[in-house]
Amino acid sequence: MRLVICDTVDYVADWSAKYVLKRINDFNPNENKYFVLGLPTGGTPLGMYKKLITYYQQGKISFKYVKTFNMDEYVDLPRDHPESYHYYMYNNFFKHIDINPENVHILDGNATDLEKECNDFERKINEAGGIELFIGGIGPDGHIAFNEPGSSLASRTRVKTLAQDTLEANARFFGNDINKVPKQALTVGVGTVMDSKEVMILITGSHKAFALYKAIEEGVNHMWTVSAFQQHPRTLIICDEDATLELRVKTVKYFKSLWDIHSKLIEQESRAK
Amino acid sequence: MGVLKQFCNCRILRDSRIQTEDLWVRDGRIINPERIFYDEKIKPDVKIDCGGALISPGYIDVQINGGFGIDFSFNVNNVEEGIDRVAKGLLTHGVTSFCPTLVTSPSEIYHKILPRIKKRNGGSHGACVLGVHTEGPFISPNKKGAHPEHYIKKFDQGFKSVIDMYGDLDNICMFTLAPEIPNAISVIEELCKRNIKVSLGHSIANLNEGEEAVKHGASFITHLFNAMLPFHHRDPGLVGLLTSDKIPFGRIVHFGIISDGIHTHPAALRIAHRTHPEGLVLVTDAISALGLEEGIHQLGQFKIEKRKGCAYIAGTDTLCGSITEMSKCVRYFKDATGCTVVEALEAATLHPARSLGIDSYKGILNFGADADFILLDEKLELLSTWISGECVYEKIPGSTKQLEV
Repeated sequence: MRLVICDTVDYVADWSAKYVLKRINDFNPNENKYFVLGLPTGGTPLGMYKKLITYYQQGKISFKYVKTFNMDEYVDLPRDHPESYHYYMYNNFFKHIDINPENVHILDGNATDLEKECNDFERKINEAGGIELFIGGIGPDGHIAFNEPGSSLASRTRVKTLAQDTLEANARFFGNDINKVPKQALTVGVGTVMDSKEVMILITGSHKAFALYKAIEEGVNHMWTVSAFQQHPRTLIICDEDATLELRVKTVKYFKSLWDIHSKLIEQESRAK
Repeated sequence: MGVLKQFCNCRILRDSRIQTEDLWVRDGRIINPERIFYDEKIKPDVKIDCGGALISPGYIDVQINGGFGIDFSFNVNNVEEGIDRVAKGLLTHGVTSFCPTLVTSPSEIYHKILPRIKKRNGGSHGACVLGVHTEGPFISPNKKGAHPEHYIKKFDQGFKSVIDMYGDLDNICMFTLAPEIPNAISVIEELCKRNIKVSLGHSIANLNEGEEAVKHGASFITHLFNAMLPFHHRDPGLVGLLTSDKIPFGRIVHFGIISDGIHTHPAALRIAHRTHPEGLVLVTDAISALGLEEGIHQLGQFKIEKRKGCAYIAGTDTLCGSITEMSKCVRYFKDATGCTVVEALEAATLHPARSLGIDSYKGILNFGADADFILLDEKLELLSTWISGECVYEKIPGSTKQLEV
């Protein structure tokens, strides 16, 4: 596991966007070889999306041959509701870039048969050749996507009932009325994310410091589902200083000493794009 | 399905905010691109580079007597041609919808003209005709303004007087009357039943009479300050409706105001704007000399001289009406009141649409609305006019750039 500690939230956005840029460009996707990207929503990745849009506008990257799969979506929330993840993805990312709408996949929380919707999603990921890079964020309780504490670490895409903590945390997005927060969501499973070739998790802010500690200094535990990625051969966690507050000094110093090596991961080769 | 157009590199006025957002249009309406993206999964057929312009809904003029040499009230023989000429000319002023206004006239004139001014959609042929605004003859002789006194009438037989005067009311959408005329209240109720908006004006009504009219359905004031009692602190008159506490809950009394720097003093504009900004509707109240060159014009029975942007009775210094185009009224209003760009534009778009009850599809750029809009530069100068998503006027022909898709 790699842990990249950036000074600030802004630099987390910068670092993660540069990494995506480099991974996609190194992959050199074309019509026969699509880059398959897993995407999160929420406040943490917003900065990364903004940077990627800027790279697109500068001509440094194209999403023409990129396929995307989003982690999750609320159940029974109108698709154009400003809190739906369809709305988020369209307005914060997709409408600004050259991605083909055909290549975008977001779970439909309004589908009549939710179980079929989930199974179809898994099938589509397989048909796309699996996910090359899955980007995720976590909640303060260490959930990745909507894999709430107690979720099976072998879980696949399914309907999930949200934990009380999540409902309370999300109420602020629904006029501070917890009754308006959707009670269920569709989400990829921990196992679905584990199957990706690489996982990049963004963790920022002191309120997520305890979750980061659980993710890397304690054992694998289904009450902190993000800890499952200790078992993944290619996991990359990008965090800011605030998120490290619960870590041992030794841990922080160790990963910080790897800064030069980590920097090589985002170095741009000087080749003409 | 028609052509899918994406207007990009622009800012748009939507939800009372200027947003950096693309505008998507298909089949004459503004559409939600998110639905296109997720449901139809297609790209636009045409992409139009707006060069950083501001996109506003097209202007709506609810009081205009004529223009381009045509006076609607005197153009009896070639009604359709007259409407066509003005409708077409208004496109160059950014007006996409209007209410041709007929001033006090004898009954036979209404019977001849009214049936021939049909409501119709806009297009390259001209701006949309929303319906006729009849201003008179049911007004006060004491506040007749330029209306001929001998044609002024009362509601002697209640609503029958209205029917007898105009004949068919189908083409009327706005009706100016003086509420102090006996039987006015029952007439107001009848007009409202027929979805004709009642405006108070050319009147010596006191505030109580105005409030009574509003309670029974009147919803507009015709050219505020002009042709009504001046504001008095113990009897505020119709002007007092702007701050009345007797307006039924949830209703907005709108008022037309001429913002040409001549017919309403800028200080009066500011008073109107600061006391009741939500109700403010810019109207041109323009006469036939609107859109004509400077010089002397024979218009109907009058000789009118257009000099330094004002219209005079030829050879005199007597002003004979307003000739300031809507786009200038918007700019003057903004400068005079110091209001925001949004407020200035909404006074000529959303507010007039709302006053006619058509703000679900006109005067806004929300999804589902008619794609009638204008492109403006940073000084609010008109660059181009669009109706149903089609370009119907360009200040510099060929300046709209289509991008490769």
